[in-house]
Amino acid sequence: MDPLFEFLCRMGDNTLVLGHRLSEWCGKAPVLEEDIALANTALDLIGQTQMWLTYAGEVEGKGRDADRLAYFRDPYDFRCCLLVQQPNGDFGYTMMRQFLFDCYHLCLLDMLATGKGAGAPHRANPSSDQRIAEIAAKAVKEVTYQQERSADLVIRLGDGTEESHIRMQRALDALWPLTRDMAALDQVDHAMAEADVIADPGALASLWEYMARNVLAEATLIPPDVSHFQKGGKTGQMHSEHLGHLLAVMQSLPRSHPNASW
Amino acid sequence: MTDQTEWPLWEIFIRGQHGASHRHVGSLHAPDAEMAIKNARDVYTRRKEGVSIWAVPSAAIAASSPSKKGPMYDPAEDKAYRHPTFFNIPDEVGPM
Repeated sequence: MDPLFEFLCRMGDNTLVLGHRLSEWCGKAPVLEEDIALANTALDLIGQTQMWLTYAGEVEGKGRDADRLAYFRDPYDFRCCLLVQQPNGDFGYTMMRQFLFDCYHLCLLDMLATGKGAGAPHRANPSSDQRIAEIAAKAVKEVTYQQERSADLVIRLGDGTEESHIRMQRALDALWPLTRDMAALDQVDHAMAEADVIADPGALASLWEYMARNVLAEATLIPPDVSHFQKGGKTGQMHSEHLGHLLAVMQSLPRSHPNASW
Repeated sequence: MTDQTEWPLWEIFIRGQHGASHRHVGSLHAPDAEMAIKNARDVYTRRKEGVSIWAVPSAAIAASSPSKKGPMYDPAEDKAYRHPTFFNIPDEVGPM
């Protein structure tokens, strides 16, 4: 297993799967303005996927391009975290999922692009892999906006009506136990840190959680006390049941008509 | 919250480039000013249309009444001398 290929698949699969989930809202969001905003976010994420998986294919060196990796791998080869696989639920549930991922995603991209939040100043450098630093620098602008938007909505819905508060707390209770999967460290992260591809992956868990908890407090929402955090998405060892269904829909067209173009 | 079922309406103005003035581009619904700006970003600047956004509550705009069109605008009709079309504008002045 090449840790760099693995790392790039994690980056690209997160954005691919979440981008697809958001695209499921197209034409169905509660108001027109949110419908367009969700579609914009989905397109941003799919655009990022293209950059990550294209590079992943080049690193792998077996002639697979981004489309091949996106549409012709099976669930157990995917490396997306559990959080992004979850079904949309209601609009509040989607925004909570988006917000939790945005916080992690923003900290991660910022670390890759600038080295910020990476602890000791002498390690505060962009990724040693120039291509990764460039992709992250482009993506971090999009994700900065996405995180602001989802944080705004989480605050407004959490601290909104009685009904919206109940729904947001329910979403947080359901999704919080899936969040440790995102930043859980394994040998891939250690190898990437060793090669200075990412400055300090161990710091990410506390960085994103700090960012999220501040907003949740403002939203009058309380993360639940959780004794067991589910893991296994990021490593591909234990995906949720939802991933297979999502991929079946997402991959059906290119698998029915391989090499089709338009 | 009151019993209103829709978010308030906002008029959106966008400045296309530095130095130009904000132009009205349309309207949208949003719960408050901050979200109106964000919604405007997503609805009206997807194709790099602007560098600055203003959102104004539609209710705060005072508008002339269409039914008073006659008395309001017709009197200007036969006063061609109010148009500065009798002057030649030097090219160096640029667009006015």
